[in-house]
Amino acid sequence: MTQPMVSLSGLYKIFGTRDKDVLQHVKGGMGKEELLARHGHVLGLNNINVDMQAGEITVVMGLSGSGKSTLIRHLNRLIEPTAGEIIVQGEDVMQLSEDGLRHARQEKMSMVFQKFALLPHKTVLKNAGMPLSVRGEDEATCDREAAKWLDRVGLSGFENHYPAQLSGGMQQRVGIARALTANTPIMLMDEAFSALDPLIRTDMQDLLLELQKELHKTIIFITHDLDEALKLADHLVILKDGFVVQQGEPQHILLNPNDPYIEDFVSDINRARVLRVRSIMTPLDGGQVPEDAHGEVDVNDTLESMIARSGGDTSHAYVVKDGEKTVGSLDMTELVRALVPRVASEAGARQS
Amino acid sequence: MAFYDKLFSALGLSEWCGTPDDKAPLSLADLAAQAGGEEASGPLIPIPSFDNLHESCNRIWQSRDVTNGIEEGFLAAKPVLKTVLDPITQPLSWILDGALWLFEATPWFIMVPLLVAISWYASRSRPVTIFVAVSIMLLAVVDHYDVAMQTLSIIFVCTTISVLFGVPIGIAMSKSDRLQKSVVPLLDLLQTLPTFVYLIPLIFLFSVTESKLYGIAIILYAIVPVIRLTDLGIRLVDRDVIEAANAFGMTDRQKLLRVQLPLALPNIMAGINQTIMMSLAMVVIASLVSAPGLGVNVLRGIRNLELGVGIVAGIGIVLLAVILDRVSKAALTRVDKTQVKH
Ligand SMILES: Nc1ncnc2c1ncn2[C@@H]1O[C@H](COP(=O)(O)OP(=O)(O)O)[C@@H](O)[C@H]1O
Ligand SMILES: [Mg+2]
Repeated sequence: MTQPMVSLSGLYKIFGTRDKDVLQHVKGGMGKEELLARHGHVLGLNNINVDMQAGEITVVMGLSGSGKSTLIRHLNRLIEPTAGEIIVQGEDVMQLSEDGLRHARQEKMSMVFQKFALLPHKTVLKNAGMPLSVRGEDEATCDREAAKWLDRVGLSGFENHYPAQLSGGMQQRVGIARALTANTPIMLMDEAFSALDPLIRTDMQDLLLELQKELHKTIIFITHDLDEALKLADHLVILKDGFVVQQGEPQHILLNPNDPYIEDFVSDINRARVLRVRSIMTPLDGGQVPEDAHGEVDVNDTLESMIARSGGDTSHAYVVKDGEKTVGSLDMTELVRALVPRVASEAGARQS
Repeated sequence: MAFYDKLFSALGLSEWCGTPDDKAPLSLADLAAQAGGEEASGPLIPIPSFDNLHESCNRIWQSRDVTNGIEEGFLAAKPVLKTVLDPITQPLSWILDGALWLFEATPWFIMVPLLVAISWYASRSRPVTIFVAVSIMLLAVVDHYDVAMQTLSIIFVCTTISVLFGVPIGIAMSKSDRLQKSVVPLLDLLQTLPTFVYLIPLIFLFSVTESKLYGIAIILYAIVPVIRLTDLGIRLVDRDVIEAANAFGMTDRQKLLRVQLPLALPNIMAGINQTIMMSLAMVVIASLVSAPGLGVNVLRGIRNLELGVGIVAGIGIVLLAVILDRVSKAALTRVDKTQVKH
């Protein structure tokens, strides 16, 4: 396995003046509420160990107050950890000098904010060019790069507007263009789409995926919305009260939630639209494909499209292809079973 | 027989107190009596003040000793203060005199269009500019042009210096809570001290003929709002925007120049507007200590009961006030407009 782009290990953050002193209690197993009641300190992060792979979108999901913003701000040390290691591209961020840290923020990581955080007194063009001008690039270069990325996010023609003249969705496009102009390998996005209307949000997610297809950035994306998380995530990290409840491949988490907290989360979503054939098929493993298969399907087809294709007939079975290769088989009864969340099916079993 | 005699003998202090001597300075009450008031017959039990206690016990201070003490202390400190403060503040006299000369020496047919042009440049508002032109011409018609220019030159210098010092002080305060905590009481003091009180120690320190005397009085009084509002403005800058500036690796200097100051500008401008108005208020009072300008005519109105002179000068001051206020406010709204809040 290649070295991860970002690696957090044993990361703790406690808000308060005596954070180093109360750390031992947290390491001894004290929870967030008890720490607040007994010692008046807020537990922000509790033993975080996460690797973020280059070129992937790592989504950190959790309810409000679970420590998502705290987590993402540790990568560029906008927040100082109480204890732990933060390695970015093989370099220990905690060892950086002031200059080194500023350099890392300029060249390695750019950030997109929930409330956009644009400079209200600068035009869209100047806002998008800001990261380069901070580095001391000349104005022509800044403007050229900014214009290029503004065009890429669909904002050409708005260069001379001021942020306040744009809608929320357009302002966030400026935010994304700004992060792209910085031309950093890592992008940090803290609830970047949470403030937007649902339809706009879908547009922005599509835009992000489309950009990612050609740019292959390492993206750390924060959200409290499971649908968004499942749509974007290559790697999903679920936070609760500052600790990681579960992390892994999103489809895997969906099918095998290891905590009631996550079961609650996943019970509400449209599983047919999210789950893909590859997650529920029976792998070939040298065995035979069913003789009476009704056709071939792709590993990445969603279950929703399979239901449409079979016309709802549970007796159908299909051969699963990954490109040219046959990789497994899919029985429609398996598919129907996968549509019911585990909690619900267990509850049903108990009743009968 | 003084009221408190018994008290001191009861405490066995008669010995210590000694016999009254007549060389003691006059008590404040005697001073008042001397000034023409009649001898007040005190209440049954006199208030235990220094003077009343002194009547029974010679060792106790008199209140006049306190005022004399302050005076002597001040006089003793004066040479030191003067050797330090005089050279430091000397440039202020030069600047004030220079500006005065410049404003007076520039012929009116250059000065008036220049002022109107500045108003236009600052406010970009036609009504405001026209108002400025008309007001100046009105002042000129009643032969108050020269005094108005004197007042204006003093305000110009004092405001400029207030901004030059006030903005950096405000910036420093916004960066350090400790500094803010220690400076704010001082600003409160400067703002609540009656304006005349400023003049008292200054008159002792500097000679009344020096322009820096009124310059310092005006600046001390008028610098307060620009300091306060610079500090406030920077502290009020959206924390998300500051976070973005940090996240993209801005240096402190870049942050100050590109984010904090521009976003605090509306507040700073509001502070400058108040600073201008306060220097105008103070320049009138400062005419007591030889500040030239419209205030001198107001003073003459009061002293010689020349009603008309005083009122015309008063109206002149109001006109100047309105001009300065409108122009600076218009400039402020113009700045504000480019920063529409989301
Ligand atoms: N500066 C701070 N001081 C004290 N507590 C804080 C601070 N910042 C965040 N917290 C607390 O840390 C927890 C996690 O906050 P945050 O990371 O903002 O959550 P999220 O982004 O997931 O909503 C919350 O309980 C919050 O109250
Ligand atoms: Mg948050």
